[in-house]
Amino acid sequence: MILLINTDLLVIGGGPAGMTAALKAAKRKAEVIIVERYHELGGQLTKQTHRFFGSKSEQAGTRGIDIARGLTKEIQNMSEIKVLTEATAQGYYEDKIVTVSYQNKFRKIRAKRIIIATGASEKMMLFENNDLPGVYGAGAIQTLMNLYGILPGKKVIMVGAGNIGLIVSYQLLQAGVEVKAVIEADSEIGGYLVHASKIRRTGVPIYTGHSVKSAIGESSVKGAEIIKLDENWQMITGTERFIKADTICLAVGLRPLVSLLIQADCAMVYVPELGGDVPIRDENLKTTNDQIFVAGDAAGIEEATAAMLEGEIAGLKAASEIGYLSEDVVEETRRLKRELKKLRGGPIGRKIRRGLSKVRGDDNVKKNRYSHLR
Amino acid sequence: MRITKHPILDFNRGKKITFQYKGQEITAYQGETIAAALYAAGIRVLKKSNKYKRPRGLFCAIGNCASCYMVVNGVFHVKTCITKVKEGMVVEEETEKGDIID
Amino acid sequence: MLKRTGIPTSDDLQSVTPDKERLLEGPVAIIECFNEIPCDPCFYSCPFKAIKKFDDINDKPELDYSKCTGCGNCIASCPGLAIFVVDYPKNRLSLPYEFLPLPSVGDKVWGLNRAGKSICQVEVIKVKDPDKNDKTAVITIRLSKKYLMEVRHIKVGDLDE
Repeated sequence: MILLINTDLLVIGGGPAGMTAALKAAKRKAEVIIVERYHELGGQLTKQTHRFFGSKSEQAGTRGIDIARGLTKEIQNMSEIKVLTEATAQGYYEDKIVTVSYQNKFRKIRAKRIIIATGASEKMMLFENNDLPGVYGAGAIQTLMNLYGILPGKKVIMVGAGNIGLIVSYQLLQAGVEVKAVIEADSEIGGYLVHASKIRRTGVPIYTGHSVKSAIGESSVKGAEIIKLDENWQMITGTERFIKADTICLAVGLRPLVSLLIQADCAMVYVPELGGDVPIRDENLKTTNDQIFVAGDAAGIEEATAAMLEGEIAGLKAASEIGYLSEDVVEETRRLKRELKKLRGGPIGRKIRRGLSKVRGDDNVKKNRYSHLR
Repeated sequence: MRITKHPILDFNRGKKITFQYKGQEITAYQGETIAAALYAAGIRVLKKSNKYKRPRGLFCAIGNCASCYMVVNGVFHVKTCITKVKEGMVVEEETEKGDIID
Repeated sequence: MLKRTGIPTSDDLQSVTPDKERLLEGPVAIIECFNEIPCDPCFYSCPFKAIKKFDDINDKPELDYSKCTGCGNCIASCPGLAIFVVDYPKNRLSLPYEFLPLPSVGDKVWGLNRAGKSICQVEVIKVKDPDKNDKTAVITIRLSKKYLMEVRHIKVGDLDE
């Protein structure tokens, strides 16, 4: 039994960023291993039933599920890519080896370059009884409903009017679930207004300037007490209102999953605009560890289209560094960066641009503030 | 409850299988995770919290959190949201912390 | 206000509605897309080049009403489901629909306004097969002229409800 596997490129995470990174490198003949925790590739794309925004040339107008299918098929047809599913990267060691638990077996992988595309986890929100069964992350609802075809409940309160909250509300309606209300603490809807309008016109009220005070129920959710907030997001006593529901869905943001990056001693910086701690990297997504790149939500919370472009840039650069050079690398990298810049160019991208301005720490490289824990 | 008709998605379910949950026989479809199958059977409480014994259910469904840990075939702390259900599996609620397997 | 409620205001709507003269000429698309988001599939969907090419992908779409024939090709291309076709002379409205059950031609269903309120009964006169448009159905309804600019969704089911 081979316990140590050698490869050119190790991609950790088989979501949109990881898949495009692997493909880009494999097309230049690099040998690639993808480590994916789930049973299949695709990451969160496999639950996105809506058509994607972005540029038509980058698959806009295509549903996320179909993008996932297309990329998965492409990967399966590449002999250069080996996919390990039900595989979780456990740690990064000083001798540049990554340990992996693969279908309950222990493996070591030594790669010349590593792309960490681990994605994100959902943020929790503080309110009384927030641990009751029936309080779910929006991703969980999507998994149950869109992957397994299981209804999460009959009446849902959605918390968060960002794109995820609005999109998942629409998906709930499509599955035949009643969405009682969308609750948003901010005074304005954060997601695309077209998403807001398309659920609003089905009759779902959107309460901006509101929050959840408590979940009601003994062994599972029976409803929620919602409350008005003032301009400083403080609860206004006396404005409590009970909404009957069996499910409370939290779509209050995502946080990059960066534990491996921290462990690999990549310099990190806290950037609220990007969702939390993210690695400092250059424009090719290379971190301060010369062996490691980052791409997708692990680099900062953004849309899947940006994740796919980042994956491509990192994959291309990693392949070049390993020695798989091709004539079009320079031109192709330029094109990808142009696409990414266009995507982030508008008012929607302002927050991302502000966040990104804080992660190019070339002249002011910050220490990994977790180093003392290693 | 399982969705049978959906405007965008087609659900091609695998063959029917059964497993044990707290002595009860649960029917599931091949390819489903343990947590999904339990959920479809109307079971929302998957475990109790260690200290205050508060009910816990699914939360992230992608293996990030620890809300769905159960005892599966005698093994503690199995993430039931990413573990597929198998014919004849025995699934139980965690009532203690478990120990290292010899 | 749109940003607080998800319901476009009359000012918002005015900026995307052609003048009365154009409306009287026949079917025309109304693109209810009010914020600058990175998105451009509508441009590629228009066989008549009536939707202006995007200089910046974040621009709002611009429709040349004189080139628009109201063919409705753009309706299912919009990821935001924000495009409708209004045929003023014939009292018809076409809208995207991604719910089940699909209505059948001849059905009387509720017409919902932008706030989701049932405001009138409408008659379904055309249902474009969702499979032809990657699962987005395009439904054409006939309704009273006064509701043409109000109704933006339908509710299929018992009218007595």
